[in-house]
Amino acid sequence: MRVMINQIEHQLPQGAKLENALALIQAQPPFAVAINLQFIPKSNYSQCTLADNDQIEVISPVTGG
Amino acid sequence: MNTLKEQQALSNDDLVLYGEHFSSRLLLGTSRYPSPQILEEAVVASKPAMITVSLRRQGATGQSENAFWDLLKKMAVPVLPNTAGCHSPQEVITTAQMAREVFETNWIKLELIGDDYTLQPDTLRLVDTAKTLINDGFKVLPYCTEDLILCQRLVDVGCQAVMPWAAPIGTGQGPLNPFAMKLLRERLQVPLLVDAGLGLPSHACAVMEWGFDGVLLNTAVALADHPIAMAKAFSLATQAGRTAYLSGAMPAQESAQASTPLVGKPFWHQS
Repeated sequence: MRVMINQIEHQLPQGAKLENALALIQAQPPFAVAINLQFIPKSNYSQCTLADNDQIEVISPVTGG
Repeated sequence: MNTLKEQQALSNDDLVLYGEHFSSRLLLGTSRYPSPQILEEAVVASKPAMITVSLRRQGATGQSENAFWDLLKKMAVPVLPNTAGCHSPQEVITTAQMAREVFETNWIKLELIGDDYTLQPDTLRLVDTAKTLINDGFKVLPYCTEDLILCQRLVDVGCQAVMPWAAPIGTGQGPLNPFAMKLLRERLQVPLLVDAGLGLPSHACAVMEWGFDGVLLNTAVALADHPIAMAKAFSLATQAGRTAYLSGAMPAQESAQASTPLVGKPFWHQS
């Protein structure tokens, strides 16, 4: 199935979990995740099943004003 | 000196936000510095109560996430995550929840942008968004305009401090509407922090003299020729303004009044 991770298209098998997507992009901690604009707590990564066309955002600390 | 000022002057005069005490009244942004080292030295020089931070897609900014994270831990200053760049309540809420997990803090600087050119907050949706965040356990510091009714509504939904702008973000123009800002100070009882638009230490000093409780700035320091010295200057100006406010300024006079005593004046002015 097709998912977008940080606006880049990726392919994952049907039934893939969020942790599979994070492993695919080798996400570097610290980070936090949202799928389709909904926050996903860290504790749910292994249970969260992805769906076709999910929009996944993986964000990290940056400087800010 | 009135009772309130007297009490504040007699106490240690901490800034108190949501029941937490801060010995500094300066909040400093971490963006746009020439280097991480200069940022760190500016923080050391100015000793801010909190430093603001943000979140962006991994790898999108060119910044090294781990390097900035390591610097934050090294500086050991409380962080205030922001929701900069969010244009909808849902974006704000999701970003705040992500920030809470990453930074392990309930503090959030609420930014809900309504106009990309001026970075003016979306005042019509700001209040409900603040209420949602407060109900979710956040300690919300809303970036807002100097509109009295807006600020009152933010207080009504539970904001224990509000942060009106002095001028649009990054302009350095200083307070554009002193009348409205002084009115805010007169009418609202919660801590008021001026956020955005300050360019000079004298701007910070002025708003502190008017009774504002603190200032939040970034660009004026980061883009100065000497950011470390400017950070120190803003810190001193903030303290000076606060002390002046607590000291109670003399009323302005329409006509000159001699400060030297007239009694016993020497012979050359005798008639």
